[in-house]
Amino acid sequence: MASGKAVIRARPWAVASFLLPALLLLGALVLYPIGYSVWRSFFDASGDDFVGLDNFAEIFANESTRTALRNNLIWIILAPTVATALGLIFAVLTERLRWATAFKLLVFMPMAVSMLASGIIFRLVYEQNPERGLANAVMTTVHDTFAGSSSWPDAEPRPGGSLSAQDDGSYLLDGTVSAGTPVLLPLVAVPQPELADAEPAATAASDPGQVTGTVWMDFTRGGGGTRDAIDADERALAGVTVQAVRDGDVVAEADTAADGTFTLPAEDADGAQLRLAASSFTPPYNGASWLGPELITPAIIGAYVWMWAGFAMVLIAAGLASVPRETLEAARVDGANEWQVFRRITVPLLAPILAVVTVTLMINVLKIFDLVYIIAPSSSQADANVLALQLYISSFGAEPDQGLGSAIAVLLLLLVVPVIIFNLRRLRRENQR
Amino acid sequence: MTATTLTAQAPEPAKAGGPTAESGPPKPSLGSRLASIAASGAVRVVLVVLALVWLLPTAGLFVSSFRTPRDIASSGWWEALTDPGQWTFANYDALLSNDTFTGSLWTTIAITVPSTLLVIVLGAAAGYAFAWLDFPGRDYWFLLVVALLVVPVQMALLPVARLFNTLGIFETTLGVVIFHSAYGLPFAIFLLRNFFAEIPRELLEAARLDGAGELRLFTRVVLPLGGPAIAALGIFQFMWVWNDMLVALIFADAGSPPMTVALQQEMRQFGSNFDVLAPGAFLTMLIPLAIFFAFQRQFVAGVMSGAVK
Repeated sequence: MASGKAVIRARPWAVASFLLPALLLLGALVLYPIGYSVWRSFFDASGDDFVGLDNFAEIFANESTRTALRNNLIWIILAPTVATALGLIFAVLTERLRWATAFKLLVFMPMAVSMLASGIIFRLVYEQNPERGLANAVMTTVHDTFAGSSSWPDAEPRPGGSLSAQDDGSYLLDGTVSAGTPVLLPLVAVPQPELADAEPAATAASDPGQVTGTVWMDFTRGGGGTRDAIDADERALAGVTVQAVRDGDVVAEADTAADGTFTLPAEDADGAQLRLAASSFTPPYNGASWLGPELITPAIIGAYVWMWAGFAMVLIAAGLASVPRETLEAARVDGANEWQVFRRITVPLLAPILAVVTVTLMINVLKIFDLVYIIAPSSSQADANVLALQLYISSFGAEPDQGLGSAIAVLLLLLVVPVIIFNLRRLRRENQR
Repeated sequence: MTATTLTAQAPEPAKAGGPTAESGPPKPSLGSRLASIAASGAVRVVLVVLALVWLLPTAGLFVSSFRTPRDIASSGWWEALTDPGQWTFANYDALLSNDTFTGSLWTTIAITVPSTLLVIVLGAAAGYAFAWLDFPGRDYWFLLVVALLVVPVQMALLPVARLFNTLGIFETTLGVVIFHSAYGLPFAIFLLRNFFAEIPRELLEAARLDGAGELRLFTRVVLPLGGPAIAALGIFQFMWVWNDMLVALIFADAGSPPMTVALQQEMRQFGSNFDVLAPGAFLTMLIPLAIFFAFQRQFVAGVMSGAVK
């Protein structure tokens, strides 16, 4: 760093004409606002009455600013750490990869995208309806793969019919059943589109060695069907679990076939009660409510990490490239496994870079505004509130309190003062070299 | 705030690793070779999944921008991948024939280009003065500039709004340009001063002996040699201003706002109008993405030298 003396002994007016335009602009638009905000933060909303530190007390007392403070704390702890950790993992994993460049480019790319566009992108990802929102589509697919999905969430017994809904969600048939007499288990309320692929319902065969029956949608399109009877055009409900219950215990169970019929062995089911299991009718799993009040802040932090993990990755990868290969190889020769090399050598050597990345992201996160403003729907904006958003609302919103807004601005500035001091110290050290 | 000079060009992250990984002298046993093959297979699977996580959100926006409002409302964008009949340019046609939107595109350009030029000119002049000109208190003035590097922009919103109101440039494009220039300056001066200071002293002394004045040294020696740093600065300032929403939300003319604000105004409670938002957002992304892909190296170098707001 050239700390040395200037070679050019310049005429004062020449220096002034190079320097003054920039310094004047900085003075008027950066320095003066700092002074004004500090001064303004000591006055009330109208600006007439001096209130001392009341506005600062208000930040910690007022409910919406407290939410903002709490969320900012969550942001500052979570977002930089997760982004840096992911960046570290990406940098290490891609180090020996042939298509590392493509991968890094892909992860780094969101840095070029505006917070607004990222916000719109993630509004789309976080759509509640799993048929439209990617996040919930993935979650429901994974959930249904492992937990299974119920076959007929809308099906229910006809009011006043022979089946009645129980508290646990199952449907119980009045009376007991006996072998040899096919049982009718009519349900209604299944929407027609869901029945498009269903087969016509069939009457079960009569067999004295078995309890048989049919579960079907007891409704004829266009009307004309007979209640509690299987009419020609009525559809079977396949995959419904039919249970034979005796004294509260399930003694036999079977799933209905494509034509709606089922068979249970007579020795178990004869004289038992029939029940349609609740698992056949549970409402479908719809994923998480990302934009709802509970998940909104983590959801927006997710979008932020998507934007900034690439930044961390690029800086860490550059640091990784300067880690001496010999050190790593020596450790491997000594029998250290990859995890030990990573934990004991790579991470300690990268510590300064990890710190710089984390602090840079903390400063960035402190001022987070656009993403919250765009992603949080107005119904959960209050739950997603952060200081910068509250400052905007307090200063320019419908009921402005510029004293409070200025106090928040001063608070934001105070929070970056340690970084300012750090920067200045480092600069002086470099100049003394 | 990371490295100090741009001359310490970013070590090409892409080239790291490569052949060295295979060249270790000790011969590992068959078991550990198999284990490492399995591990690298697992790493690959993980990375493919991660690549999808990073790709799919943007892909969703892209595909959605080509679907009709009815398709967007009734099914996920991935349905369009297997049904080419859903793809249509109708959303883009509507957007580009909408005067409000094309007007906002022009406002974005009218804000971005002057802000970028102004920051380059003022930042280069001040950076040159800090690097080479002799004046009292030089180091302290520079410390002040460095101190301003991380001042949050939110600090200035209210005071500058009042100031601009007094000057009659509140809610004008000029006001937005001045604001962005001021907040681009600390980084610009910091970056360019450090870069200019690396210019060999002999070059300037030789020119000085030839009778060149301060201005000629600046335009004939310093500016041409500062090209790479000025380019990096220009790229970042352009992207920041192009992508800004907050400053424009407050200081831009509400009658003809830039694209970010125009799109923000289209947001609804549950974002039901993705037929406008998706193509609009994608259009605003085009230029930054083009710059990003065209100038990857400068972009990486800039980020490494602290080009982060």
